[in-house]
Amino acid sequence: MAGSLLLLIVLFLLQESWPAFQHVGLSSYFNDSDWYPTEDLYLLTPMLWGTVWATLGSVLLAAPLGILSALFIQYYAPPLLAIIYRRLIELLAGIPSVVFGLWGLVVLVPLIARWHPPGPSLLAGILILFLMILPTITLVAQTSFAQIPVSFLHSATALGLSRWSIIRKVVFPTAKAGIITGIFLGVARALGETMAILMVCGNIVQTPSHLFDPIRTLTANIALEMAYALGNHRSTLFVSGLLLMAMVVLFVMMAESLRHRNLDAATKY
Amino acid sequence: MRLIYCGYAGMNQIFRFFSFNSHHYSPETIEKSDSYQHNLVTITHLRQPPNLLFSKTMKPHSVAQPSSSLINTSTTATWLNFFFFIIIVFSQTPALANKGKLVITGSSTMAPLVSEIGKRFETVHPGTRIDVQTGGSSRGIADAVNGMADIGMVSRALKPQEDALHGATIAHDGITMILHQDNPVHKLTNEQIKAMYSGAITNWKTVGGMNAPITVVNKAAGRSTLELFLQYFSLSTRQIHAHVIIGDNEQGIKTVAGNPHAIGYVSIGTARYDATHGVPIRLLPLHDIPATLETVQDGTFPLSRPLTLVTRQQPTGLAQSFIEFSRSPAVHDLIFKQYFVPLP
Repeated sequence: MAGSLLLLIVLFLLQESWPAFQHVGLSSYFNDSDWYPTEDLYLLTPMLWGTVWATLGSVLLAAPLGILSALFIQYYAPPLLAIIYRRLIELLAGIPSVVFGLWGLVVLVPLIARWHPPGPSLLAGILILFLMILPTITLVAQTSFAQIPVSFLHSATALGLSRWSIIRKVVFPTAKAGIITGIFLGVARALGETMAILMVCGNIVQTPSHLFDPIRTLTANIALEMAYALGNHRSTLFVSGLLLMAMVVLFVMMAESLRHRNLDAATKY
Repeated sequence: MRLIYCGYAGMNQIFRFFSFNSHHYSPETIEKSDSYQHNLVTITHLRQPPNLLFSKTMKPHSVAQPSSSLINTSTTATWLNFFFFIIIVFSQTPALANKGKLVITGSSTMAPLVSEIGKRFETVHPGTRIDVQTGGSSRGIADAVNGMADIGMVSRALKPQEDALHGATIAHDGITMILHQDNPVHKLTNEQIKAMYSGAITNWKTVGGMNAPITVVNKAAGRSTLELFLQYFSLSTRQIHAHVIIGDNEQGIKTVAGNPHAIGYVSIGTARYDATHGVPIRLLPLHDIPATLETVQDGTFPLSRPLTLVTRQQPTGLAQSFIEFSRSPAVHDLIFKQYFVPLP
């Protein structure tokens, strides 16, 4: 059911973007001088870079912190604190993205503006995305830690290993696939995020040269211009949708295959 | 097929329900729209199927009791009912067609507004149909001249050579420059604004403000606000060096309200509303003319344009009553909703 729905969506995207493939051509998306759809210039690379940098930045922040949070919940925190902490992270996962965006727009962006104008920037986008994908990475990592057979930990303790050694030598190798799954799911969410990014990133079409440059992501571009786009412009927006869809599907599939491998590894012993 | 057993009365209730659902009638309207005929008419104007996902949860309070169970039928049953009365409706359309239809084409700025007005007009005048198509102000003029449309929508003042057409302004669209309240600058000349947007002036110091870089807030491509702004300051999209690009008015206001060094422009309707409700923004006068609803209404505010309905001849009949309806206070709420300024 869900599969056929996905197929229908992909077919729809293909159908809508077909005119752009015919009349604009793939090479224009990478070779045109700029993004001025009203003048038939359709350069997508700055927005592609915007999406890539925002996603990469947020994952680089969220992955270590998420893994550390998961370790804290699983191995270091007293039980009560662990439960409260986990609930808080779950709550964070449930906040709608538009609320993150609003918070970013009225709190985070003015703060950055005071530090280094103009404020709406790649940095703001990275920080907002970081908050949004941190729970995903934490929760998935913690679940995979919890799946490690207790016998592993008991044996390691019996050998006299310290807690950190156990984590480094036993927990990480066993739960590796689970951790990477969480990261991939986080990446997929960061790639597809639109509303919050639209509100805090400034939406200037340019390849960012540093953290304080405003950027526009592919998703924000679709949301900003779809309502007014006609003809090839509209089709091009569907092409960028197709591109995003392909990236997200790829990451989710990688995450899925790794998750299964993780389960296999955990049950093998 | 439960519908058949419920008979005429039940059917009437469904019609009411769906017309409620699709046109967002107020309960009063539904109470008044008692005739079977009327309910049929509204159904024929559905541009899309009613939102069936919500049909289970929405409870039209004014619907009478007997068939209230119908509203809570399963989605499948609702679909069946829907198709069933669609068939009935189409078998009856020829009888309704002669009641009148208006084709309105033109400005994409005006289309959403006129379309909303049209929907309301249809409910007040059962049996009429208002068909709104976009294509730009030029198409509105052309279609009105050659008779392709009954009414053209033009979102600019009429040019001298278009004087032969009969135009009726239904609302005004005005744009104001906004700054943060803490910004000491109270006045900017057109040249200064133009220089800021084209990147020639980059620091507030140059225009007598703080020593801080200017954050230029611009609108996303395709928005009519951007179009009017560019035209007024005779700028092109490529000349503009913006730091932030925004989508809707609210986002622009929040961006400026959060940055004391930002300059932006939004529809006057929204900016006035927010400024009077505690949002820390200031509306700048243009050419010493304050940005208020009044100056937009009387046409003295320079960065504004009339939204006009044009006809080839003095409008009569349905066209006349539609234009009169569009100019009446009955549609002021719709005009405000689109951030335009209604007639005084």
